[in-house]
Amino acid sequence: MGEVIRVDALTKRFGTLQVLRGITCTVATSDVVCVIGPSGSGKSTFLRCLNGLEEASTGQVWVHGVPVHDARTDIDALRRQIGMVFQRFNLFPHKTVLENVMLAPTTVGGVTPAQARERADSLLEKVGILDKSAAYPNQLSGGQQQRVAIARALAMQPKIMLFDEPTSSLDPEMVGEVLSVMQTLAEEGMTMVVVTHEMGFARQVASRVLFMDEGQIVEAGSPIEIFDEPQHERTRRFLSKVLR
Amino acid sequence: MEQVLWFGWFRADIIAEYAELFWRGLQMTIMVTLICIVQGTLLGLAVGMARLADARHAPARQICRVALRWPATVYVSFFRGTPLFVQILLIHFALLPVLINPVDGLVVAGDTARDIKQNYGAFISGILALTLNSGAYISEIFRAGIQSIDRGQSEAARSLGLSYPRTMYHVVLPQAFRRMLPPLGNNAIALLKDSSLISAIGLAELAYAARTVAGAYGRYWEPYLTISLMYWLLTLALAYVVKRLESRYGRGDTR
Repeated sequence: MGEVIRVDALTKRFGTLQVLRGITCTVATSDVVCVIGPSGSGKSTFLRCLNGLEEASTGQVWVHGVPVHDARTDIDALRRQIGMVFQRFNLFPHKTVLENVMLAPTTVGGVTPAQARERADSLLEKVGILDKSAAYPNQLSGGQQQRVAIARALAMQPKIMLFDEPTSSLDPEMVGEVLSVMQTLAEEGMTMVVVTHEMGFARQVASRVLFMDEGQIVEAGSPIEIFDEPQHERTRRFLSKVLR
Repeated sequence: MEQVLWFGWFRADIIAEYAELFWRGLQMTIMVTLICIVQGTLLGLAVGMARLADARHAPARQICRVALRWPATVYVSFFRGTPLFVQILLIHFALLPVLINPVDGLVVAGDTARDIKQNYGAFISGILALTLNSGAYISEIFRAGIQSIDRGQSEAARSLGLSYPRTMYHVVLPQAFRRMLPPLGNNAIALLKDSSLISAIGLAELAYAARTVAGAYGRYWEPYLTISLMYWLLTLALAYVVKRLESRYGRGDTR
């Protein structure tokens, strides 16, 4: 299986705060990597370094062999191949659901409005929200908004999807509908990196789990290795708190 | 002309006699205001963006700071920190002769310069001063408007592969514009009223018309009440337009 993402000795510092202390890992095609760990462990920052929303302080990030850390890289072109879903949805409130999904394909995706429309319709159908095409985001529930956000990211037909705590600002009864969309994506072979607190999802869907703490990857392995046979004391303590 | 008295004291005939002057003054005031609103908004947008300019990587980062942010900040600080009246005098009597001068004008020289200065000098200076002044205020409105939009909005757009300009155009500015409408409207009204200051350098707008009439008759109630009423009607009309715009662009805002 091909290597899609390579991260080498990545560090990130905000002023005097050292958030990432040397992350090294790789992600292969169709991998579903779930990143777990306590708040403030650097999970989100790590994810945001993968598409250059945060710039690495030192170290290197390669996506499809393209150096994200290099100033000469056309970062916009690279980002078109990397979808991202945020904790707080970040839908564009002045645009309808359909316009949200069509914006990127029509402006930078190089497809005609008719093609974009067709693609948007099929994606909205896939996430089960086609009947809300004409609605504005503030007329939707959190779960619906997040599904639209997933459709919007998929509209650029990315090869990788990044999820930054996609269910953390949802009401509990809406978590399931978002997770099931993500699970479908995973089953279709999408390469995914998911920062999450949903241990059930990580155990069931992930091909690999990274446990992060204090800016480092403490332990990495299959869901079984991490959840059932954690090697590190720190991992065991974290899991005992979240798996009650 | 026969004296016409309203309410026993208001010499309406004076206004009637100078109706032409007031009419031309009104047109000039409206023209100056509209030109300066348009130019000030464009300038304000450019300067507002310059004040927010930043880049991810090393050389561009320093260039943004030294070539864009610093000059923009100094410009805004100067034009907000000094009286508009002083700016008008400075531009008309000090700056304009440097730019447009029969002998050694930097922009225009020779006989053309003499003509331009004589016929349009006050107009050019007035427009320049008001544009620069309102541009400084409007840039702050743009800056605050842009900064008030949640960072997640531009992050979402950038993560989709939209460039910075496209993100601004499609995502940030449309949302910011809505929030900026009320302060922009206030600014337009202030601009309209401040245009009266240009009469000091001899531009024949409304306040200048009133001064001319007052000088001719030695009467002050009539001309100044007349232009007060005209300014008032103009500001009411502007306020109405802004309100209509606000209700029209108010859809879909979650905040």
